[in-house]
Amino acid sequence: MKINVNGTTHELGEINPQTPLLWVLRDHLSLVGTKYGCGISQCGACTVLVDGEVMKSCLYPVSAVGDAQVTTIEGVAAKDGTLTPLQQAWIDLDVAQCGYCQAGQIISAEALMRKNPTPSDDEIDAAMNPNLCRCGTYIRIRNAIKRVADSNKSGQNGG
Amino acid sequence: MSTLNYDGVNEITEFFTRKSLAGDATLSAQIFKLDRRQFLKLTGMVGSGLMLGFALPRARAHADHVDFNPNGYIKIDQEGITLYAPNPEIGQGVKTSLPMIVAEELDADWTEIRVVQSEINQVAYGQQFAGGSTAIPSNYTKLRQASATARAMLVQAAAEQWNVSSSTLSTESSQVLQVSTGRKISYQDLATTAASLPVPSSESIKLKDPKQFRLLGTRVTGVDNEALVRGEPLFGIDVTVPDMKYAIYQKCPAIGGSVKSANIEEIKQMPGVVDVFTLEGNGNIGELLPGVAIIANSTWEALQAKRALNVQWDETQAAKDSWSAARKEAARLAQENASQVANTGDFDAAMIASTATASGFYQYHFVTHAPLEPQNCTAHYKGDSLELWAPTQTPGSAIRTAANMTGLQPSQVTLHQMRCGGGFGRRLYNDFVSEAAAIAYRSENPIKLQWTREDDVRYDLFRAGGFHQMDGCVDENGKVTGWRNRFITFAPGGRPASSVSGGVFPGGMIDNLRVEQAALDWTHRCAAWRAPGSNVFAFVVQCFLDELAHAAQRDSLEVLLEVLGEPRAIGRGWRGQGMHTGRAANVVKLAAERAGWGKELPKNTGMGVAFYYSHAGHIAEVAEVSVGGEEDTVKNRSGENVVRRKLTVHKVTVASDVGPIINLSGAENQVEGSVIDALSTMMDLSITFENGRAEQTNFDKYRIMRASASPAVEAHFIDTGEYPPTGLGEPVFPPLAPAVGNAIFAACGHRVRTLPISEEGFYLA
Ligand code: FES
Ligand code: FES
Repeated sequence: MKINVNGTTHELGEINPQTPLLWVLRDHLSLVGTKYGCGISQCGACTVLVDGEVMKSCLYPVSAVGDAQVTTIEGVAAKDGTLTPLQQAWIDLDVAQCGYCQAGQIISAEALMRKNPTPSDDEIDAAMNPNLCRCGTYIRIRNAIKRVADSNKSGQNGG
Repeated sequence: MSTLNYDGVNEITEFFTRKSLAGDATLSAQIFKLDRRQFLKLTGMVGSGLMLGFALPRARAHADHVDFNPNGYIKIDQEGITLYAPNPEIGQGVKTSLPMIVAEELDADWTEIRVVQSEINQVAYGQQFAGGSTAIPSNYTKLRQASATARAMLVQAAAEQWNVSSSTLSTESSQVLQVSTGRKISYQDLATTAASLPVPSSESIKLKDPKQFRLLGTRVTGVDNEALVRGEPLFGIDVTVPDMKYAIYQKCPAIGGSVKSANIEEIKQMPGVVDVFTLEGNGNIGELLPGVAIIANSTWEALQAKRALNVQWDETQAAKDSWSAARKEAARLAQENASQVANTGDFDAAMIASTATASGFYQYHFVTHAPLEPQNCTAHYKGDSLELWAPTQTPGSAIRTAANMTGLQPSQVTLHQMRCGGGFGRRLYNDFVSEAAAIAYRSENPIKLQWTREDDVRYDLFRAGGFHQMDGCVDENGKVTGWRNRFITFAPGGRPASSVSGGVFPGGMIDNLRVEQAALDWTHRCAAWRAPGSNVFAFVVQCFLDELAHAAQRDSLEVLLEVLGEPRAIGRGWRGQGMHTGRAANVVKLAAERAGWGKELPKNTGMGVAFYYSHAGHIAEVAEVSVGGEEDTVKNRSGENVVRRKLTVHKVTVASDVGPIINLSGAENQVEGSVIDALSTMMDLSITFENGRAEQTNFDKYRIMRASASPAVEAHFIDTGEYPPTGLGEPVFPPLAPAVGNAIFAACGHRVRTLPISEEGFYLA
């Protein structure tokens, strides 16, 4: 079986097709940025993008990926390493505490902004509610997203 | 009730609960008496004035360049300046804030330095742990002294190179300068000379006047932020070592059950399974419980094998805990006198002489730590040594327990500190390290032991539930004159999970005060959980004070300030920094003022105020909430009918006095996070037990608050300059629940006395 992650195709060899994508990423491909938190689609620590859609990878069998493009936190920045505006906002606003949830948070936020570059507060909440943060960094997460949304807004206004 | 051995569980718990409340804990810094000649350098003053020895790697020479490595915290070489963060990072920010202290005294350019997590070395660093909000207070002076010593040596090196008096020189941005001549030289260029100099005596070292601080007190972003947003491996769970296998350990769902039989041979045949074996446990509930270990080629294969594993458990020694039975028993005990812990004045006489009284039965459920990264540990046993990669808050005791499991000496165990995906007290206990060591001991390969979320909840050391029968009274002036706190706790292994003392608020502030305690039999382990004791006592005592203010028909803020009374110290307190009523009143007044206490509020909206002192921090919080109308009647967890009501927490204003702030960004983050954690916990978090089993084992039933419910949080800090800094990981947690509870009462007249308050029908908008 083959899957494409962050633009690279990986040959997985013999693998149980039911293996959740989460564990394929972590154990087989050493892409450990995607985290295990609950295994039952409740916490969002394992969130990845499958063809641009958010997906909790802990219950998503690898066989379901097919030809789709998987994006993990390791593939969010540009190939040359340039961070996205959201990643930069996460650093500048010092969002993380323990940081364990943040890969999933950033993935959810990236998916939101790619579809809706200027989300309202309610839209931010709706997109981010699936991602738990045990340390309670929700306020900063929202502020980081709003900062990028605001600069998108002024970008639009300025033509 | 149980024959289980609880050694080592209560040891730490007591340190963090009882002593923090009784108020006389001084962290016994371990001082090593060492031959000076064993060390290249000596530096650092510990509180008592004793010298702390630093074992140092010998200076390494590269051609004509020698590294300057004056202590365990600083290395200056051709690459630049590296600062070593000694304590575990669990999200409290010490990997950033501790090196900031070093950089400040060193006058190092923060933007240029590199921060590395240090190895475990008791000789070089003393105790390296994360707990009790101690990392800042226990390291502050030590780090400043060590760093100022290094700075003095760099200045001396420049003085010798330029042949001038060191008194003509100053430092800035990793350089020594002579202002009169405009000469400058970088620390890197001085490293070789500095490394050859004798270490000045600690008496000759002058620390900076805090007024000259350039870095401390500013907002500095976390040193791992970039690695985090790129998803780089930082956490224990991210560790991969060559030839590593993946292990799962299945224990009895009722604590203390042992393995009768299991389909081990069948499981061994499953795809990817490398080995399956039982472990007997070592009789110590805090180290190794009996179970079945599965080693496989991947986590998923190990999990599949676990699913197919069929174990017959012998539960004769296992927990029989029942929350519903405990509640009934507690309600009965609440009506009887319990054993007296403290008694001042005459409570009964005060009640008789009173003008108004209040009485309330408060209760709170068990909760679990639930750090988002489930417990895990990678272990490689090599016959005569053991290497560990562990996300632990107490690396020193992790080494000891792992040595114990493998028959090695602690000196044969190496532990790599990994970033922890949350701690909250859970990782003070190293049962997962014990298990990993015991499994690795029987494995050819290094193994990564992974707990599932269900394991993490079921085998937690819980924050114990508890019950308080509260009674009190006011006199004709509305002054609180009598207070009785009758506490019913749980006693795992016969030892109380938590204890009240005469020092618990309002001890020392009320004339007639009685404190009593009783305990219920229990088996599940209970231990330190963010702000132990205080995290629930604050709710009980600050809400009950509000009840008394209401009974007296007085303003809650006015009554709280009256109880605090004249500015004075009360007890020696945590690390010798006891509660001071003046500091308390100042934060209360500041929070009230910034929140607009007394202003006109819309209908069904109210404000509540609460104060609590814990971990040497003085914190006041004011919450502003709205309560919706009564909705349908539903059954709560306890099977009682309750009316649902929507709660909106608009804003929480927090005023803290924890002395000077090290990293303002980190401090604000801790305040926001503590408010959200405390709100989440008070709303809906509960672990109930029946038949010796936790009834909630994952986030579907243990519903941590989601982003949309976050209130606005305003953080204010008071620093009078008179007090040393103390930690901020815990003390903001306790006052939140009573501030919200009191605000609910102000908004709708319903007095919440149960945590979580979903038990009384409330849910967050
Ligand atoms: S691990 Fe997938 S949602 Fe929690
Ligand atoms: S930062 Fe710790 S779980 Fe979100």
